[in-house]
Amino acid sequence: MLEKALVGSKKYWAWLMFLGALSLVGAYYYYQQFMYGLGITGLHRDVTWGLYIGQFTFLVGVAASAVMLVIPHYLHDFKTFGKIVILGEFLAISAVIMCILFIMADMGQPMRVANILLHPAPNSMVFWDVVVLNGYLYINLLVGWVTLGADRKGVAPPKWIKPFIYLSIPWALSIHTVTAFLYAGIPGRHFWLSAIMAARFLASAFAGGPALLIILALIVRKVSKFDPGKEAIQAVGRIVAYAMFANVFFLGLEFFTAFYSGIPGHAQSFLYLYTGLEGHSELVPLMWTSTVFAAISLFMLWVPAIRKNEGLLALACVMLFTSLWIDKGFGLIIGGFVPNPFEEVHTYWPTMPETMITVGIWAIGFLILTFLYKIAITVREETAGIEIEH
Amino acid sequence: MSMDRRHFLKIAGISSILGFGASIAQATPLTLLTGLDPSQVDKNKEALSAKRWAMVVDMSKFKTEDDFKKVINACHQTHNVPDFRNADGSVNKKDEIKWIWEAPYEKAFPGQDNKYMSEHIKDMPFLVLCNHCDNPPCVRVCPTKATFKLPNGITMQDEHRCIGCRFCMAACPYGSRSFNWRDPRPAIRNENKEYPTRTRGVVEKCTFCTERLAKGKRPVCVEAAPKGGLLFGDLEDPNSEIRKIVTNRYTIRRKSDLGTGPAIYYIVGGGDHA
Amino acid sequence: MKLYDGGKIFIGILVFVAFAAFPFYYNIGKMNARPEPKVDTPAIQEWEKQYGKKECVESKEFMRAEHMQLLNDWRDMVVREDNRGYISNSNHKRFDMSLQNGCMNCHSNKKKFCDECHNYMSVKPYCWDCHIQPKEKEENKS
Repeated sequence: MLEKALVGSKKYWAWLMFLGALSLVGAYYYYQQFMYGLGITGLHRDVTWGLYIGQFTFLVGVAASAVMLVIPHYLHDFKTFGKIVILGEFLAISAVIMCILFIMADMGQPMRVANILLHPAPNSMVFWDVVVLNGYLYINLLVGWVTLGADRKGVAPPKWIKPFIYLSIPWALSIHTVTAFLYAGIPGRHFWLSAIMAARFLASAFAGGPALLIILALIVRKVSKFDPGKEAIQAVGRIVAYAMFANVFFLGLEFFTAFYSGIPGHAQSFLYLYTGLEGHSELVPLMWTSTVFAAISLFMLWVPAIRKNEGLLALACVMLFTSLWIDKGFGLIIGGFVPNPFEEVHTYWPTMPETMITVGIWAIGFLILTFLYKIAITVREETAGIEIEH
Repeated sequence: MSMDRRHFLKIAGISSILGFGASIAQATPLTLLTGLDPSQVDKNKEALSAKRWAMVVDMSKFKTEDDFKKVINACHQTHNVPDFRNADGSVNKKDEIKWIWEAPYEKAFPGQDNKYMSEHIKDMPFLVLCNHCDNPPCVRVCPTKATFKLPNGITMQDEHRCIGCRFCMAACPYGSRSFNWRDPRPAIRNENKEYPTRTRGVVEKCTFCTERLAKGKRPVCVEAAPKGGLLFGDLEDPNSEIRKIVTNRYTIRRKSDLGTGPAIYYIVGGGDHA
Repeated sequence: MKLYDGGKIFIGILVFVAFAAFPFYYNIGKMNARPEPKVDTPAIQEWEKQYGKKECVESKEFMRAEHMQLLNDWRDMVVREDNRGYISNSNHKRFDMSLQNGCMNCHSNKKKFCDECHNYMSVKPYCWDCHIQPKEKEENKS
């Protein structure tokens, strides 16, 4: 089926060229970073994780969100999702690959990453993250390929793929729980030391990932003859609405504990992010943008009349995705490091090379996504009218 | 006999994997897998040993700024710690690497001040370094065991294995660790030829001078400190000086409520001891 | 028999040959003499005076084949197990397990010793990123 990605319209190739160019720019700046060291980023002794790890954290959530399509379709026989589960699985593949690339970009000694496997440390959450992320990648590759291949031939997928599909459900939850455990078990960082971290992560994942999926589905409908279906998009929209509500609610719970308890360690980071601390308020505009976008998008998703309007739904999803990207892909990480263990405020802002590497990796992710979606769309176009068996 | 292309590719693939695997397994000489025999290695006779190395800090013995500088410079020069200060002497927060340094009381012990406390007390300088905790979060999170506990209580750093993920730096509640954001060698002032440098991309910190302990010498900071300023010994030895101090005197440790079990004890009130 | 896309195939084959044969024609004219590592540093000559013969930690044949693995084992022994002494299999003497302060004490002529074989084999060990190389004096021409 790979050959389906090699034929396309002029627009298709122009898009690929554009993404390819961005990837090359990213690769160039990564070479600079490789030769100079991570000092080329804005990171320093007090803020040791920044944009790269933030993107990784956010994208694990996007990857896990495929499960929001798999559960209704395979566990509850929700046939409406039949045609678009593959879009979720392929998005998961692309997102996990981006996660891996961001981790590699963040390593001080990337040539030594094999040490994680040569000298396993089961006490470390990073070790488990490597294990579950890779496992999730292979499961989705296998499941996506086999089911799409079966669809192409107009037959039901082979029975042996079912256990893998069922496995992908708890596995999806595990990838994001393990990622949350990276943060939630650190004794010295009170901004992260919260049991609700994993729940927050899952809620924001199940809101942000499907929101992106809605946008992608609308684009797919525009650029091809494959229509994911108004019903399916609306169903995903309802899932996003509920998940976003949970996410916003959980964030509110965090605010309560931090400020009602009065313990400075818990509240300081929130103050830095949302009001500024000791004269440093670099992140305040971003965080409030995230909050406003979250509130507006949640409102738009909750009002059925607005949600049913696909144009407004798309707008809500863009705002929601942006809001979560800021919150999880940036604010969460920096907030954990400011103030530092000495209660000093030393801020962080990404540098240009760091940003270009990030853009390059996103471009690679979208490249892979485009390839995979081209294959899926072509199969759907070719088998239009044939019942998907399952 | 006819065979379709897919079947052929399957057989070819499996044969190659088996063939490669076999040739690699057969080529690996036994020595690669066995390592050294325990009977072939031993510790130096003159090495200092302990069940639990720890340190007692008596800030009352540090009288001048010079006293601090001597200790910090001794450590940093012995271990080829780079000096990234700017031309005007100000700290370069971006690339800074430090194993031991001064912090004022209100920063070394956050939360233990009060609003009536004089600025003088709040600013009192304390020497801070890696606490070599009993229950170190950095060791818990390291994905390669590049940082680990030695049986003598030291939290050690294996610079060969570190992949530079900086998880340990996120996990340390004391900010004791530094990362090489760039090549450190241009910034090393006086190279100590008997100790390696590090390279960009790895984390480093105080290791309680294991290389000196192996030669029967005390850590460099202890020897450079004014008499009685830094005391080093075995907490598990009931006769050691620091054990007696920790048992009978009032000492505080940084963030001791986190359960990390730090091994750097700060005496409150000063006193006479060798 | 008609060769479809023959032009493209031939160009493809030429490109492949150009890539595959690169290591060979790139090195034409570069004389690569057999490596001759020199073991005549002052420290080694001292040892010879004291013990009557030149001795390394293990035999020449063993070191040639296994010094990489030996150094790895030493590294783990010193850093991770806090053991510093190594009893040689061949001469039962005790050596300090250290590259910088052990091996390089005798083999202080890195350029004429380590680099001889490493350059020939195009091996670039990154030990020297951290471990400080011995400072080598200029050759005394007298």
